[in-house]
Amino acid sequence: MKVTLKVWRQKNANTPGGFKTYSSPDLNENMSFLEMLDVVNEELANKGEEPIAFDHDCREGICGTCSLVIDGKPHGPHQGVATCQTYMRSFKNGDEIVIEPFRAKAFPLIKDLVVDRAAFDRIQHAGGFISVRTGAAPDANSIPVPKENADLAMDAAQCIGCGACVAACKNASAMLFVAAKVSHLGLMPQGQPERYKRVKAMVDQMDAEGFGGCTVTGSCEAVCPKEISLDFIARMNRDYGVALLKGEPKAMEGGGVG
Amino acid sequence: MNLINRVWQSSLGKKYIMALTGCALFFFLIGHLLGNLQVFGQPELINTYAHFLKSKPGLLWGARLGLLACVGLHILAAVQLTAMNKEARPQGYAGGSAYGASKASQYMIVSGLVILAFVVYHLAHFTALLPGVNGTGDFRKLTTVLHGQTVPDVYAMMILGFQVWWVVAFYLIAQWMLFNHLGHGLASMFQSLGLRNHVWWPRVQGFAKLASIGIFIGYAIIPVAIFLRIVGADYAEKAKHQFSQSSPPAATLIAEVNGKEAK
Repeated sequence: MKVTLKVWRQKNANTPGGFKTYSSPDLNENMSFLEMLDVVNEELANKGEEPIAFDHDCREGICGTCSLVIDGKPHGPHQGVATCQTYMRSFKNGDEIVIEPFRAKAFPLIKDLVVDRAAFDRIQHAGGFISVRTGAAPDANSIPVPKENADLAMDAAQCIGCGACVAACKNASAMLFVAAKVSHLGLMPQGQPERYKRVKAMVDQMDAEGFGGCTVTGSCEAVCPKEISLDFIARMNRDYGVALLKGEPKAMEGGGVG
Repeated sequence: MNLINRVWQSSLGKKYIMALTGCALFFFLIGHLLGNLQVFGQPELINTYAHFLKSKPGLLWGARLGLLACVGLHILAAVQLTAMNKEARPQGYAGGSAYGASKASQYMIVSGLVILAFVVYHLAHFTALLPGVNGTGDFRKLTTVLHGQTVPDVYAMMILGFQVWWVVAFYLIAQWMLFNHLGHGLASMFQSLGLRNHVWWPRVQGFAKLASIGIFIGYAIIPVAIFLRIVGADYAEKAKHQFSQSSPPAATLIAEVNGKEAK
């Protein structure tokens, strides 16, 4: 099969970009979308042209590095699948495929289809952790966790931080990502001591990064390769409201003993 | 003040404001609808109700100012959030956008602005009674006698007002926009306040659908029934004469209509 690609090319953030059209060489329909780009790039390199820059790493749907908006949908035509596990058999011979980078002010473009998603890392640094004593592994099941909470926490923990939620949202909102990270810790006993401090810090960082707000359109849920539910956003809204009502912790005077 | 400031400064906090003010406005819509549906009764029914509201200026102005505050906050938060959302994506997509999002959810600001324009018109039409905007005559001349008192004839204003086709068309457009706005907004209200889980979300969506359909039908049947002359056509013919008179003989009118009904 052969396809035509309309790809966003941009040398760097300071140079204006535009679409360029490429005809693919003959493709095996069982190639992944990224392998197809590899083949196109090989041909470009052989012709002495600059290959198309795109993000990829594990290519098995768990690292969250691959991105791309394919025909207007982040991660391509399927539901619950990342770009790396989208295959050319999902397209027809002769199709024109539009490939764009994730678009958001908080995800500045680096080159072609590669954007900087460090804003997600800064949100994680603000509160996406628990403080525990390290050392020998504790006994299994020493802290009881209700099964339904464990299941929900696992659903949230599936977030690979790819940023498709931001790319799909008409407001470029990061609510689904932040909600998943807040919830997966907030549902576990180990996450309780920092639960309200965490949600406040992470939401405030999210706002500071310049993401948009949530208007409950559901685009994020529809494109999420891990199918994370909007329920988690409601959970975060609830926790943040409680955190605001609790207010700042009482100021301590003087030091403790020792 | 610290809490208010923190709520207003955060994107989530502004959504709480949107949800709470939206909730208050939804309750107003229900109350206002129940008041208006009295037009399907005898003329005295809605005229008595209107007179009752006017005779309690403290209550009336309290409610008006409360509503104005809700509308103001709802719009201010919406405008600021929309500006923030636009700013968050300086460059759009060529291959289509907002995958999987309903039209109602994408155009909340548009439906909201149409509703705002309607509210301004509606206030000029039936509250301020500006004669230029209703396309028929000076509503201030329409009076009737209720328990020996001369009072504004709200029934006649509605009956005559909704015999004008373009007024009815505008009301129906605005009500269609309100239907879309509520269909998305009522469910999102619960989402923004965090009142949702996998059990309650289908129920919340069902409530939003039923409530928005109910509100639409309730409000739309009033102008439609009047325009199709199903309600009050006889009364309108009599009331119309008052437009051309300097001081309306309200007593005769009411006596005539009552006499006719008695036959």
